[in-house]
Amino acid sequence: MRPGGAQAAALASSPSAAGETPADGRAGAPIVRLAGVGKRFANGVTALAGLDLTVRQGEFLSLLGPSGCGKSTALRIIAGLADPSSGTVEWSRDTGGGVPGAHDIGFVFQEPTLMPWATVFANVWLPLRLKGVSRHSARDDVMGALALVGLDRFADAYPRELSGGMKMRVSIARALVTRPRILLMDEPFAALDEITRQRLNDDLLAIKVRLGTTVVFVTHSVFESAYLSTRIVVMAARPGRLLETIDVTAPLPRGQDFRMSALYHEACEETSRALQAAIVTAGDSHL
Amino acid sequence: MAATAPHDAADEATAVHAAGGVSRTMRILVPVIMLALVVIAWWGIVIAYQIPRYILPSPADVAVAMVTDWPILGRSLLNTLWTTFAALALALTGGVALAILMAQSKWIELALYPYAVILQVTPIVAIAPLILIYAPSTEFALLLCAWIVAFFPVLSNTTAGLKSVDHNLLDLFQLYGASRWRTLWYLQIPAALPFFLAGLKIAGGLALIAAVVAEFAAGSAGAGSGLAFRLLESQYRLNIPRLFAALILLSLTGVVIFAMTSLVSHLLLRRWHESALPRDR
Repeated sequence: MRPGGAQAAALASSPSAAGETPADGRAGAPIVRLAGVGKRFANGVTALAGLDLTVRQGEFLSLLGPSGCGKSTALRIIAGLADPSSGTVEWSRDTGGGVPGAHDIGFVFQEPTLMPWATVFANVWLPLRLKGVSRHSARDDVMGALALVGLDRFADAYPRELSGGMKMRVSIARALVTRPRILLMDEPFAALDEITRQRLNDDLLAIKVRLGTTVVFVTHSVFESAYLSTRIVVMAARPGRLLETIDVTAPLPRGQDFRMSALYHEACEETSRALQAAIVTAGDSHL
Repeated sequence: MAATAPHDAADEATAVHAAGGVSRTMRILVPVIMLALVVIAWWGIVIAYQIPRYILPSPADVAVAMVTDWPILGRSLLNTLWTTFAALALALTGGVALAILMAQSKWIELALYPYAVILQVTPIVAIAPLILIYAPSTEFALLLCAWIVAFFPVLSNTTAGLKSVDHNLLDLFQLYGASRWRTLWYLQIPAALPFFLAGLKIAGGLALIAAVVAEFAAGSAGAGSGLAFRLLESQYRLNIPRLFAALILLSLTGVVIFAMTSLVSHLLLRRWHESALPRDR
């Protein structure tokens, strides 16, 4: 199912889509800046050391790297789900200065992370419900978010009745229902089959362009990052750090043409080479 | 032939769907026939070996005792039921309340959980005499004994359930700045429900067992005496048919409690939990 439908219009008119954001993925002003961010866990493992990273308005940024490079940790630090052991996380003035409001951020986990006892509607309603919005008042926003991922007909279904790809769509709808400025995704499609994954990639790009949302996407797939991103940040492990940044200049959304283009293949090659360097740097002979 | 064949196929399909390969009629018929066979065999043995009534009464003797002694047995049944259900209700409220309290703070859990364990692992028959000394009335003592036994499975299961919440969902609630109260109400309590219901099933059975054990220990005669006391009394008086009748009433009570707790569990979980869903084949 493709995103669309009449109800999607409600979300498309969200403030973040209005004017100042280049919808096709060209980067605008900085939203959040990580400066010298390090993370050391209680067990002594250093997940991140001195990470400098700026996320810009409207871009699709991928964090790519071998296991243990701290890409998920970096995402959790941006979300405020983990505190950095060193360094600073600085949000731009227009998110209200220091800490962004809870509803400026959408987060999608590797698993769909739905509440099995709640219907699809109630799952997507959750972020608004936690803000105190009644079921009735939330109805348009929830149905709009569901229409965006093509699941408005499944509002009354329970998660167990859905396929893996559909569950992930519900998870994305839930993250989008608050119309966040920045969408953080932690290897969201890693557990899906290749065909479902490609379709979700296309739909995600379409949604991203429609809403103008900034996306930070953690993945371990070279191809996925090259297809989706306007910028790829390749990270190395032990300790987790930024190794190389690759820009993919093709405008969003992309399609089958882009998959066949020289630009895409160059991006894949360059990213592969950077990833290989990251693996060698970390001395990961066991990978 | 051609007209009936589709009909048969449809019938068969629904029957298979209803009971996973065994038709609904057979599901009722087989246990009933089995019960009849057991009763007939019992009766046959009593007649064949001329076993006296005070050793093994025939099914007919037990049935007669059930009817003639019903004024006594019925009142005792009510007493036992009252103890059991009151203890179960208190165990549910107490167990859930304590589990929620312990889920709020590690300190409360550290302080209280050991006592819950001690209460559980000490055999109730061993504590019953003490309780009988301190309790203001026998009725209260029985209730307290049954409560102690039934309360622990509710507490430990609900505690496990409250803790077994998906960590990503907890992160999500944190991300949206959910209050502790909302996290408890929207996330932890629904997640704990299947665990709580498993605890309820155990507690239902245990409440009855504990009520009987407590009555054995208390040995109270008179108006307040329950089925367990009738069991003992019948044994002393060698009124074995009545003993059997009391035993059957106790078993039936246990079965009904189990069926009730299973039904509650099914109704609450059927929409979403794996335990209540038929497996597709």
